[in-house]
Amino acid sequence: KLCICCICLGLYNNKNRKEKRKTKMASGQQWVLVEMVQAFYEAPAYHLILEGILILWIIRLLFSKTYKLQETNKLTEKEKEELIEEWQPDPLVPLVSKDHPSLSYDIVTGPPSHKIIINGKECINFASFNFLGLLDNDRVKQKALTSLKTYGVGTCGPRGFYGTFDVHLELESRLAKFMKTEEAIIYSYGFATIASAIPAYSKRGDIVFVDEAACFSIQKGLQASRSVIKYFKHNDMEDLDRLLKEQQLEDHKNPRKAKVTRRFIVVEGLYMNTADICPLPELVKMKYKYKVRIFLEESLSFGVLGEHGRGVTEHFGVNIDDIDLISANMENAIASIGGFCCGRSFVIDHQRLSGQGYCFSASLPPMLAAAAIEALDIMEEDPDIFTVLREKCTSVYHALQGTSGLKLVGVPLSPSLHLQLERSSGSRDTDQRTLRRIVDYVSLREVALTIARYLEKEERYLPPPTIRVLVTVEQTDEEIQKAVSCIKEAALAVIS
Amino acid sequence: IFSSFPVLPQNHNVVRNPSLYNKPFVESYEETPLLVAVLTYMGYGILTIFGYLRDFMRHWNIEKCSVARERDEQKDFVPLYQDFENFYTRNLYTRIRDNWNRPLCGVPGSKMDIVEQVSHDYNRTFQNTGKIMRDVINMGSYNYLGFAENVGQCADAAIQVTEKYGSGVCGTRCEMGNLDIHQEMEELVARFLGVESALTFGMGFATNSMNIPALAGKGCLILSDELNHASLVLGARLSGSTIRVFKHNNMVSLEKLLRDAIVHGQPRTHRPWKKLLIVVEGIYSMEGSIVRLPEVIALKKRYKAFLYLDEAHSIGALGPNGKGVVDYFGLDPKDVDIMMGTFTKSFGAAGGYIGGKRELIQYLRSHSHSAVYATSMPPPVAQQIITSMTTIMGEDGTSLGADRLRQLSENTTYFRRKLREMGFIIYGNDDSPVVPMMLYMPAKIGAFGREMLKRNIGTVVVGFPATPIIESRARFCVSAAHTRETLDVVRGVRGVSGPLVRPLCSTPLFNTPFTRGIGAP
Repeated sequence: KLCICCICLGLYNNKNRKEKRKTKMASGQQWVLVEMVQAFYEAPAYHLILEGILILWIIRLLFSKTYKLQETNKLTEKEKEELIEEWQPDPLVPLVSKDHPSLSYDIVTGPPSHKIIINGKECINFASFNFLGLLDNDRVKQKALTSLKTYGVGTCGPRGFYGTFDVHLELESRLAKFMKTEEAIIYSYGFATIASAIPAYSKRGDIVFVDEAACFSIQKGLQASRSVIKYFKHNDMEDLDRLLKEQQLEDHKNPRKAKVTRRFIVVEGLYMNTADICPLPELVKMKYKYKVRIFLEESLSFGVLGEHGRGVTEHFGVNIDDIDLISANMENAIASIGGFCCGRSFVIDHQRLSGQGYCFSASLPPMLAAAAIEALDIMEEDPDIFTVLREKCTSVYHALQGTSGLKLVGVPLSPSLHLQLERSSGSRDTDQRTLRRIVDYVSLREVALTIARYLEKEERYLPPPTIRVLVTVEQTDEEIQKAVSCIKEAALAVIS
Repeated sequence: IFSSFPVLPQNHNVVRNPSLYNKPFVESYEETPLLVAVLTYMGYGILTIFGYLRDFMRHWNIEKCSVARERDEQKDFVPLYQDFENFYTRNLYTRIRDNWNRPLCGVPGSKMDIVEQVSHDYNRTFQNTGKIMRDVINMGSYNYLGFAENVGQCADAAIQVTEKYGSGVCGTRCEMGNLDIHQEMEELVARFLGVESALTFGMGFATNSMNIPALAGKGCLILSDELNHASLVLGARLSGSTIRVFKHNNMVSLEKLLRDAIVHGQPRTHRPWKKLLIVVEGIYSMEGSIVRLPEVIALKKRYKAFLYLDEAHSIGALGPNGKGVVDYFGLDPKDVDIMMGTFTKSFGAAGGYIGGKRELIQYLRSHSHSAVYATSMPPPVAQQIITSMTTIMGEDGTSLGADRLRQLSENTTYFRRKLREMGFIIYGNDDSPVVPMMLYMPAKIGAFGREMLKRNIGTVVVGFPATPIIESRARFCVSAAHTRETLDVVRGVRGVSGPLVRPLCSTPLFNTPFTRGIGAP
C-alpha cells in the first residue's frame, strides 16, 4: 500500500512537473526555490488537498505495525512464565523394584580365581572368563609387579600426549607377531575396542551386514557409526546371500552411489550369546563374490580356538590377510584388561587418529600391558594348554547333555556354554527366577555359576534367560563331575 | 533471571550475577589479532597448495609413495578411505607427527624419560636410536597432584593388592566381577564427594558414553556446552535425545535455550519434554576455563532441569580440599544431580565414577551398559584410588594431601602470573592448572614442540581438529610435583626460545588491571 501510494504521488507530481517544464523550457532549465513556492500558490486547491491526503496516508502506514499471520500465535511474557511454572519433568530415574536381580551383586572376597569365595562361601568357579587360568599365575603377577615398580599404576594421559609407554609398543608388536599380521593397536577397555573400531571405518551412508546374535558392544559400535544396518539370521549363510543379492540389484540401479558406499560384514568368531562358531570359509567366499569387507570379533575365540590359540582363522585354516580387521578383548583368555585390533597396516593405522576410544581416552596402565605380554609368552611356550582346554570343553559338553528340564546351547569346542530352560513358562521374570533358584541350589553345594545378564530394553534381539557355564583349564575331572551332578540334581529339584 | 540484565555483546569476561560468587572469577580470552589471523590463514593456504601438488605428484608416480596400500586382491573393492578424508593427515599432520606419541620408559612424574626416536622417511615410520632422554621436564601429563609415582604408600598398597588379587577380573560387575575392594572404593568415593552413593567404571571415556544413554532417551533434551569432550558428545548421540548446543560458558545462551525448550516443547509436535539435562564440564581442557557453576545451578533450579557435571580434570585439582569445582565455589554437592569424574588425572589411576542420590546409583547398577556388559575395574587400580583418595582427605594420618593441594594452587598462580608478565597470550581462568598458550600459526606448532624438547622440556601442542583452525596452542599442565625451580627453568627456556619461535605476545592495552576484573566491559 505504501509503495502504491508513493508511486501514485510520484506519477502525479511528474505529470505536473512535465507540464511546468514545458512552459519553463523556453526560459532556461533551472528549478529555483522561488519558483517552487510560486508553483505551490498557483496549484489548484483539489490538487493540494489530494497531495496532503496522500502524504498523511503514507505517514500513517509508516508508523502502523506490520500485520503478520502469526500475530495471534505469539505468547506474551506472562504466558511464558506460566508455562515455565507449570512444567514438571519426569523424575531423573524411574524407581527400581527392590527385588530387581541386578540390584544386589554377588560379592567376591579375594581374587575371582579357581576357588572363589562368593558371599562368604568358597566354591569351585564355573563363572569367570578365566579360560587359561592365567588370573592366578605367578609369572604373570611377578611381571605385573616389576612393571608397577617401574612405571607406577596410571599413565596420566592419552596415547598422543605422553601416555605411550614402551610396554604398549612392545605389546602391540607382540600381538601382531602372534597373530601373524602387520600391525596391532591396543585399547584400554575391552568393550570400547569394537565399539570404537566400527565407527572409524563405517560412516553415514555405508552398509553393514551383521549377525542377529552380535554382542552388545558391536551393537553400540553400529549405532555410533550411523550406517545402514542389515541383520541376517544367525549363522544363516543363505539369508546373508539373499541380502547381498538384493544389495547388488540396488547397486545396479544406482552405480554412482554404489561406487562410494563401503560395505562390511561384522561377525563374531565364537558368539557370546549362542556359544557357536561362525562359518568363516563361506564368509570369505562371499566377501570376494560380493566385494564386502569382513570385521571379525574374536573376544571369546582368541586364546581358545586354533592349534596355537590364534582364533577362528587358525581353526578353519583361513588366510589371516583375508580378514580386514580382527578385534578381540584381552579380558578373557589373557586375563588382563583392555582390547586390541589387528590386521594390515593399511587398515589399522587409520584408528590411531580416528578411533575415539584410542585418541580421547587414557592409555592402558603399563602393569596390565606387562601382564598381557607375559600371558602371551606363556601361550607361545606351551601350546598344549589349548588342547587341554578343548578336551575339558568337550567333556563338560557331553556331561551336561541329558539334564532334565534344561537344554545345553553351544558347540563342544566352546568354553562358554549356555543352559536354557527346555520349556519356558511364558514370562521372562518367572524363567529368570527359576534359573536363579537353580544357581542358588548349586552354590549351596559349593559350585559357582552365574546367570547371563542382558539389558532387556536395549538389546535388539534379546536372548532367552540362560545360565552361563564357563570351562577353564584349572578345573579337574572330579570337579567337573561334581558340578555336572549338582546341576542335574538342581534341575530336577527346582523344575519338577 | 538474567534477561533483565542489559545484554552485552559476546563477552566472556563479564560475570552476570556477581552476588552468586564468593571470590573473583577472572577469565580471559584475548581476541586473535587481525594480522596474526591473516598470516595464519596464509600459512594454511600455502600448506594446502603444496599438499595438492604433492598428491598430484604421487598420483602420477613422480614422487615415491611409501604409505601403506590396499591389497592387490582387493583393488576392485570400494575404497576404504575417501581421498579428502585423509588430506589433512597426509599433508599437514604427518609433517609434524614427531611431536606426539613420544614413548616414555619410566614414571610420568614431574620429570620423565623419553625414548629417543628418529625418522628417516619424513615421519612415516620411526626407529629407536637406542638412547634415552633422561629427566625431561614433564609439562604434558595430567598429573595434577603428583600421584604418578612408583614409590611411596600408594605403590606399596598397590603391590600388596596385586600379590593378593592378580591383575585382571575376568567378569562383569553383575556377574562374578564385583569384588570386595570395589565396594570399599565406592563407599570412599561417595564420602569424598559428599554424595549418598557412587558407582565406578573401568574407563573414564566409557563412563560418559555408556551412562548418558541410560539417563536420557527419546523425548528428552540435552543442552550441551559447545566445547564438551568427545565422550560426552558420543554419549549424548547414543542416547537418542535431541541435542542443543549453547555457547561456551555463556549463561545467557543457556537460559534462552532453557526457556525456549519449556515454552515451545518438542519440535513440530510441541509435546512437553520429558527431561532437560544440562551437560557441562568442570575444567575444559583445551581452553583452561572453569564452568560458571553457581549460575548454572541457579538456572537449573529455576527451570527444573537436571545437571550432569563432568569433573574429569577438576576433581582433585580445584578447591581447598581437592573436592573439585563444587568445593571451589563452596556449593552443596547435593545440588548437582549427577557428578561424574575420572580417576586418571589427579589420582594416578584409571577409570571413572558417577556419584549422586541413592536412587540414581541403584538405577545405574541395573541399567548401565558398563555394569552389565563390561569388565569391572582391576584390583591394583582400585587400590591406587583408595590410597590416593585417603591421602587427599588426610585420613591416612599425614598432611601429604593438604601439602600437595596447596603446592598445586601455588604453582598454578605463580606460573600463570609469570607467563602473563612475560607477555604471552594465555587463555582460561586464573585458577585452572591447565594453561593454554596461543601459537596460532601452523609452522609454530612443530617448531615450538621440537625446540622445547631440544631444551629438555616436554610440552603438548595442539592444532586442528582439536581446536579451531587458527587457534593452535601449546598446553601446559601444572602439577603439584613441580617445584618452583622447575617452573623457573621452563619459563627461562621459553624466554630464550621466544625470539626463535615468537609465541604471540598480548597487546599491552588488554593486559592492564582495568580490563581483567569483575564487571568491566
